[in-house]
Amino acid sequence: MFAVKKLSVLLLTVLFVLGAGFSALGQGVLKVATEAGFMPFEYVDAESGELMGFDMDLIRAIGEVLGLEVQIDNISWDGLIPALLNGNYDCLIAGITITPERQGAVDFSEPYFESVLTVVANTGTEISGLEGLAGKTAAVQINTTGDFTASDLADAGELKGVARFDTVADAMQAVLIGVADIVLIDLPVAEAYLAANPQAPLEHAGPVADNEFYGIAVNKNNKALLEQINAALAELKASGTYDQIFQKWFGAN
Amino acid sequence: MGFRWDLVFSSLPTLLQGAKLTVQLTSIAVFFGIILGTIAGMIRLSKGPLRLAAASYIDIIRGTPLLVQTFLIFYGLPSLISRPIPAYTAAVLALSINSGAYVGEIVRAGIQSIDKGQWEAAASLGLSGSQTMGLIILPQAFRRILPPLGNEFIALLKDSSLVSVIALEELVRKGQIIIGRTFRPFEVWLAVAVIYFVMTFAVSRLVNLAEKRVAVR
Repeated sequence: MFAVKKLSVLLLTVLFVLGAGFSALGQGVLKVATEAGFMPFEYVDAESGELMGFDMDLIRAIGEVLGLEVQIDNISWDGLIPALLNGNYDCLIAGITITPERQGAVDFSEPYFESVLTVVANTGTEISGLEGLAGKTAAVQINTTGDFTASDLADAGELKGVARFDTVADAMQAVLIGVADIVLIDLPVAEAYLAANPQAPLEHAGPVADNEFYGIAVNKNNKALLEQINAALAELKASGTYDQIFQKWFGAN
Repeated sequence: MGFRWDLVFSSLPTLLQGAKLTVQLTSIAVFFGIILGTIAGMIRLSKGPLRLAAASYIDIIRGTPLLVQTFLIFYGLPSLISRPIPAYTAAVLALSINSGAYVGEIVRAGIQSIDKGQWEAAASLGLSGSQTMGLIILPQAFRRILPPLGNEFIALLKDSSLVSVIALEELVRKGQIIIGRTFRPFEVWLAVAVIYFVMTFAVSRLVNLAEKRVAVR
């Protein structure tokens, strides 16, 4: 009898723990996923362990407008869109560039940030933008616009090869240890990395592609949320909150 | 949004390219792993001063994750020797050194499993220590070592996916790249799983065949 009781308590506990996982998807909560290796858009603060950055402030402000509690998970870059598609999250904010390919899989909010790819290379490099890339190996974060651009350049013979890493930091490290010559990365992230690592003998050497735009990704079957997010974005822009967040992370311009 | 078989088939050429690298890396690591492991295993059983070194090698490598070892070799070693280590070399080093430690234990256990009477009989026939090891003990131990060795190689084949973190485009990495362009994880990971299974199944059949060949008739 005692064993049966023990077993049923155990089973109930298991059910309760499993149930807790599901109940998180309840009402009043905006479940957001990001990849916090993209300073100044999203990163883990070294002291507090909190998720910080432009994107984080923006999505929290959007949650406030919508009256939703914002819960942000830091997951791998590669897993973001699959995790949105399988319903684990309501939306993604991770400096994701709006591309036609991605638009085939998910919906994007109105653009909330304009960015551009740049080249990061060892200091004193003769590379300037797309000039002088022949014979070089590019390190990139896998499945980013930097990866796509570098892959196209490599296919066209304008680059020797592409080394695809999981994180921006790994790609930068690849140049520092000499296995790659350049990193193709979004300009604000390059600037933030160089500012945070002043001892690294790296510099950024000019834009390499057309401007690109970041959007918040939402599941295609969730048009209601997409409209809500767009409305909240418009409100934040009108009220000046967007500008405040922008200035906090990028200064006056 | 049903299951897209076309995507499974269209991703096969790219995935097989990655599988080729997986097989290549694993084969080279198995080769060096056997050499390293046989040396380490025998030294560990010897009475020489190197015994402690062999034991430390096995303990440290088995006691730390292959992922961390890969990072240490790829990102750490270049600053020690102040020259870059290509990802391919780093991966071969990490996998070989890792495999060597496990093979070392397999070899040690195999040698120890041979009855002491064999040593005594060889000595009474006037064989020297190294003759006994080479002619009597190792051939018998080999028969017992084969099955766990097969296990180790199957494990290594799967573990080689870890070197994708240093930008080597083996099977798993190729899968990630395709998913990043198609956003269809299920189809692609399924294809990856099937390819891994075909490879490991082939290895286990080969090991079985080898076992039969060396079996006592």
